[in-house]
Amino acid sequence: MAATMDLVGRAGAGPREAAAWSRRQVLMTNLRSIRGRAYPRVIGLVREPSWVLFEILLPFLGTSAFVFVYRALDAPPQYVGFVVLGGALTAFWLNVIWMMANQLYWEKSQGNLELYFAAPMHFMAILFGMAVGGMVMSSTRAATVLLIAGTVYGVAFSVDQWALLLGVFVLTLGALYGLGMVLASLFLVWGREAWHMGQMLTEPVYFVSGLNFPVARLGFVGALSVAVIPLATGLDAMRQLAFSDAAFPIGTPPPVVEVAILGAMTVISILGARWMLATMERRARRDGRLSVRWQ
Amino acid sequence: MPALAIEVRGVRRVYSSKKAPIVALDGIDLEVPTGEFFGLLGPNGAGKTTLIKILTTLLSPSSGTASVFGFDVEKDTKKIRRIMNMVAGGEQSGYGILSVREQLWMFTQFYGLAGAEGWRRVDELIEAVGLAEQRLQRVSTLSTGQRQKMNLARGLLNDPWILFLDEPTLGLDVAAARSLRELIVEWRAAVPGRTILLTTHYMAEADELCERIAIVDHGRILAIGSPDELKRRVQRESIFRIELDRLEGGAQALGRLPGVVSATAAAGNEADTDRQSVVMNLVLEDDGALGRVVGDLADRGSHILGLRKSEPTLEDVFVELVGRGFDEAGTDEPGPSAEAIA
Repeated sequence: MAATMDLVGRAGAGPREAAAWSRRQVLMTNLRSIRGRAYPRVIGLVREPSWVLFEILLPFLGTSAFVFVYRALDAPPQYVGFVVLGGALTAFWLNVIWMMANQLYWEKSQGNLELYFAAPMHFMAILFGMAVGGMVMSSTRAATVLLIAGTVYGVAFSVDQWALLLGVFVLTLGALYGLGMVLASLFLVWGREAWHMGQMLTEPVYFVSGLNFPVARLGFVGALSVAVIPLATGLDAMRQLAFSDAAFPIGTPPPVVEVAILGAMTVISILGARWMLATMERRARRDGRLSVRWQ
Repeated sequence: MPALAIEVRGVRRVYSSKKAPIVALDGIDLEVPTGEFFGLLGPNGAGKTTLIKILTTLLSPSSGTASVFGFDVEKDTKKIRRIMNMVAGGEQSGYGILSVREQLWMFTQFYGLAGAEGWRRVDELIEAVGLAEQRLQRVSTLSTGQRQKMNLARGLLNDPWILFLDEPTLGLDVAAARSLRELIVEWRAAVPGRTILLTTHYMAEADELCERIAIVDHGRILAIGSPDELKRRVQRESIFRIELDRLEGGAQALGRLPGVVSATAAAGNEADTDRQSVVMNLVLEDDGALGRVVGDLADRGSHILGLRKSEPTLEDVFVELVGRGFDEAGTDEPGPSAEAIA
């Protein structure tokens, strides 16, 4: 057994030499940490098939209810598409609020948080890993909902600017998960109130994001005030781009402006998350809050 | 290689509390040479875990300085984190949905191992800690002992130069604890310079594993030394129990030998008329006097049937230093709830 143990030993280098990492080592460690932290989320797709029921079938039923209401009201056919698109993007908001914002709090309860902090990667790599894993997981779910609901209800998309639509989608995810990173740090500071905060935010964000109706219906001021929520801005832009043949105004402001807003949100939220994490770590080290298990 | 793996100077750690500040560490000074297996022994609430958290960069000292291989725990956190690892007893880290192999691989990524290298390292360590049969088993289905072996493997993934073990055998049965201790000893012995800081409140564990021990209570180091040195603090004489087939001249003859403090028949021996042997307690000034006793017994034609040295335990040392036993000493260390207003 000693021989086996010796296999992982580094002959020659001393501790001080081993601690002197090159920039490339630092970069690669951070990139690999993103991959490592994303892994459990991606693998969870095949390990826990219950998500098919909870995150595809149930949202599909919720979406269907709005489809029938709009049809009963003889709303323009694009409204069915709005609801289907909104239903698909629900997966991302759920993922951000429950598996990003609350995650660090749960990691702390499990004892993972102190191991993350005791490891040499930048903690932002852990948050990026959570985000990447969450995006893969939620994209699968969103695509499934979009495919099923779009087929069942015969949604006709009319896209003129595919590249812009893709760009809006990517930026929406960037801004949304950036917000998730900020919330993760905040929720960690708030501790056990995080769960209640998550619950409290879920439905209001559903509403003001216009998941089931175009936010233009809130009027210009209303739409502008909810534009601080990435999901609202992103969804509004995607609806404008995905249903360009609509004979009525869908959203406000134009997609190009919303792209700029989403881009700014992404940058600000990621920088904000980085600052908050550094502050949180400093405070946590000072106050002894990085671990629950203290004895 | 630096001479000192750990250097702690006047470290205090005070937790805020609604009632009154709680002093977890009260001016600790400590030096641990590179390559040493060092133990912190003390009851719950002594400050052991607080010290480990400071050394592993998870907690800031209120005052004083601490360094690991010359790296300051406040300024050089990243460098320390590259060369150390930690394993705690009862640790439930990771994700139950993953297999043992996957979970360990995930942690290799946090230390920057390339994908394939990570898998190879994981397989080596799974083999080394004896979890080959459980390698594809979900983490959530492991027994406590298997879980702790996996935790130890996780602690060795980055091949640390210093390993912090915080009550690593907590809650394990005798066999699992023994197995874990053997693994730790073998890992350290494999490469010179590997240093271990162990906290435990199991006296026998500290006695068996550690080259030096610091006895800690109420945030202070009360005594420091090798287990033998600490025991000698409470026993300055050597006590032997010796069994002979016969003894010419009686105990008094032995008691007159140089270096022999006293020689008395063991309790109950004189009254046992059917006994075919003589059992005596010998109190010697030091172990060196034993040679003279053995020589004298040979001259008298006595044959030694048994010889056992009676030694004080670390618990005796603790009682001598603190004035109470371990079980009476424990109060919990201040936790996050105590720090809520900080």
